[in-house]
Amino acid sequence: MRSDKNTSAPLGLKIAAGAGLAFLHLPILLIFLYAFTTEEKSYQFPPPGYTLQWFAVTWNRPDVWAAMGLSVRVAAISTAIALVLGTLCAAAVSRTKFFGRETISLLVILPIALPGIITGIALRSAFSFAEIPFSFWTIVLGHATFCVVVVYNNAVARFRRVSGSLIEASMDLGADSFQTFRYIILPNIGTALLAGGMLAFALSFDEVIVTTFTAGQQSTLPIWMLEELVRPRQRPVTNVVAMVVVLLTFLPILGAYYLTRDGDQVAGAGK
Amino acid sequence: MSAVVDTSILARREGASGRLSDFFWRNPKILLLLMLTPPLLWLGVIYLGSLFALLLQSFFSIDDFSGLINYEFTLATYRQLLIPSNFDIILRTVVMAALVTLASAIIAFPIAYYAARYAKGKWKVIFYLGVMLPLWSSYLVKVYAWKLILAKEGIITWALAKLNLLWLLEAWLSLPVVGGSSLSISYTGTFIVFIYVWMPFMILPIQAALERVQGNLIEASADLGGNPAQTFRYVLFPLALPGIIAGSIFTFSLTLGDYIIPQIIGSSRLFIGQAVYAQQGTAGNIPLAAAFTVVPIVIMGLYLWMAKRQGAFDAL
Amino acid sequence: MTAVLFQQVSRHFGAVRAVDSVDLAIAEGEFFAMLGPSGSGKTTCLRLMAGFEQPTSGHIEIFGETAEGVPPYRRNVNTVFQDYALFPHLSILENVAYGLMVKGVGKAERLKAAEEALAMVKLPGYGTRRPGQLSGGQRQRVALARALVNRPRVLLLDEPLGALDLKLREQMQEELKSLQKSLGITFIFVTHDQGEALSMADRIAVFNDGKIQQLGTPEEVYKRPKTRFVADFVGSSNVLPPDFVASLGFGNSHASLRPEDITLGEGPGRKPFSGRVVATSFLGAANRVTVEAAGARVAAMVPASLAVPAQGETVTLSFLAEDLHQMDATP
Repeated sequence: MRSDKNTSAPLGLKIAAGAGLAFLHLPILLIFLYAFTTEEKSYQFPPPGYTLQWFAVTWNRPDVWAAMGLSVRVAAISTAIALVLGTLCAAAVSRTKFFGRETISLLVILPIALPGIITGIALRSAFSFAEIPFSFWTIVLGHATFCVVVVYNNAVARFRRVSGSLIEASMDLGADSFQTFRYIILPNIGTALLAGGMLAFALSFDEVIVTTFTAGQQSTLPIWMLEELVRPRQRPVTNVVAMVVVLLTFLPILGAYYLTRDGDQVAGAGK
Repeated sequence: MSAVVDTSILARREGASGRLSDFFWRNPKILLLLMLTPPLLWLGVIYLGSLFALLLQSFFSIDDFSGLINYEFTLATYRQLLIPSNFDIILRTVVMAALVTLASAIIAFPIAYYAARYAKGKWKVIFYLGVMLPLWSSYLVKVYAWKLILAKEGIITWALAKLNLLWLLEAWLSLPVVGGSSLSISYTGTFIVFIYVWMPFMILPIQAALERVQGNLIEASADLGGNPAQTFRYVLFPLALPGIIAGSIFTFSLTLGDYIIPQIIGSSRLFIGQAVYAQQGTAGNIPLAAAFTVVPIVIMGLYLWMAKRQGAFDAL
Repeated sequence: MTAVLFQQVSRHFGAVRAVDSVDLAIAEGEFFAMLGPSGSGKTTCLRLMAGFEQPTSGHIEIFGETAEGVPPYRRNVNTVFQDYALFPHLSILENVAYGLMVKGVGKAERLKAAEEALAMVKLPGYGTRRPGQLSGGQRQRVALARALVNRPRVLLLDEPLGALDLKLREQMQEELKSLQKSLGITFIFVTHDQGEALSMADRIAVFNDGKIQQLGTPEEVYKRPKTRFVADFVGSSNVLPPDFVASLGFGNSHASLRPEDITLGEGPGRKPFSGRVVATSFLGAANRVTVEAAGARVAAMVPASLAVPAQGETVTLSFLAEDLHQMDATP
């Protein structure tokens, strides 16, 4: 919405908007505070004292490292698959008009539009039906399915901005389809793909609902956290891990924002 | 210059890539098909296939004695959904999802409106990241944060004690339905956490819808004598509606299917997600679990169909 | 030799006949204009030459070689796009060298050729900039250099001056003309601006509804429009209805008469007619006087030095019989 006049917002609106943003951020800041608490047995506020010892304890916990390692590997492979599938889909949908375009968009959005538990249980029962044992790859299969949409959204937004005449100009100057893809299309959509990939990575790294159905006995970092939430064993370690996870997810979000900031900002909105 | 030739038609480039390029240029439909095949195989066959297989199971039943699935077509499982204890679960979940959506829209609107109309330059960026960062932050960490906040010894109790308002909390918790022995094991707690986790999904679509409204429409309404309430009712709200509906697709759907939040923060009464989880896991009753998942699918199907008619997809 | 030949070429989009059985022969070294309103088929014809579209039926030759079925990247034809289509991620020099790069010309050689091409369009030393840092006129020159560096046998220009302001447009018209003369390359350009077509082209094809209405030199098209459409579209000719033409002693058909060929008052050897003044407007060097005569509206250019008749006044006008041009029956 654009207003030519530099009107200032009514006070009530300022307060409501400010309070809304504060509501979103204060709980996350609280996580940071609790990472330093000396209290082990309860969630006492204010913390009775502050210490750095839990960082060292967490650092020496092999189960945390194992869960983190699995999460990173799953996220990396899922992101790679989502990048290929999402880009292909976006290219097909935006370059040509064909019957069923809308259906394809819907199909891509479906895995996040439907509650995660449905995707999870559907995949789980399909695995058991096909007698596929749970493994690293069953987790990846689930993650890649809902990561496609993030890459797709970013790529479609960027394809829309790369005007068709650029591709015609390239062919006109003597570049065949492969050269046009390599020298013109790829450089122009590259940052959007990188941004989409970062968001897909963050999404996979954080996912828990589908994962509980496709992981079997393995623990990704979110599964590890979920177990701590349901049956707390060592609260201070959970506090530290929570803080680290927040900091780790901020990086790809800021990176993705930086890469897509001129123009297609809303691309990251459809998580 | 070696590239200069006298012919008007250049020779085809040597090798397979030249031939392939010409082939794709002549047959763009084959190229399209090749591009669509991998994603369609993945999403259309594996994903949709699993979904349909699941739905199919809801038409089977479980043998009460052996605990094995009886592969005969029956609607008995669906009838089971209607028995009071199961129907309560559905009703509870849908009411909760509706309330969460409504509350999210109310909290999100001022943020989206401010960001769309008044925030400029640096503030626009701050608002955008201010919404994106919590939206993308870890789901479990967010739930965990509220476990800290709502705990009996947590910050809310502490703040109310400092303000001498503990009696207010106790009065609220003694209410039927919304109350409980502490905030973290009450519907109130579940409700707050649902809003916190899903509300950010409401802000960006509303903002996108409002960005498309010219600022002078608001001024035109004021100019024609509309007071702020009338301007909101007749101008702003109808224009923001597609955005609200688009956002509500997320808040509604995500609340419908969530089983972790009510498990960690809430009373022991089940939501659809928990019922599905329990039926497929400990109870081993896949047909009933599948029938339960059909409920959100049908509700979301209706919802998406309605949203499409309202043109909400343009605001996604 | 014929540079571009169209034989009964049609291009249909569903039920729309964008190009409808067009025959066309453009000679080597010609500066050729395709003029018409939007949707008349002129741009589709250009895209058929470039290879972005394929004919639904008919035959296209470029310098005697069959062109249909040949992809754009294998045609020795280059295009200057309406929006210039400069690659935003490449520098100006890389943009200009692109065509040579994809054809496998060595780096030193292609950069040297690109520098020369930039100098030719009067942008030497601009190579390191990005397209976003240039003005509209400069981008247009880069687009020209990027096409010409490939030494195409035909250069296609799609509304080449459409995005420029008036002054720049006039300057570019002259530059394009002299560039074409010195290079000797066949230039084919599409425009909806009749002034541009008349001042630059050796020959003009006037398009309407997917068909060529008239093909001729600028003078022929301007002075002797074949159809009412051409008379209407090219300039501001009076189109006189058949009964009015007959009443002046000519055959019973539509005819065109240029306003500047009509004078106030009678003269020796001139055909007189009278009419009532309905409107006058001042155009600087002349006044445009519109009269109603026997049911027809006729505009005349009256030099500013002469007095302007008042509205409602009945005046006598005259013209030379040879300036009246009778047209085909087709609309």
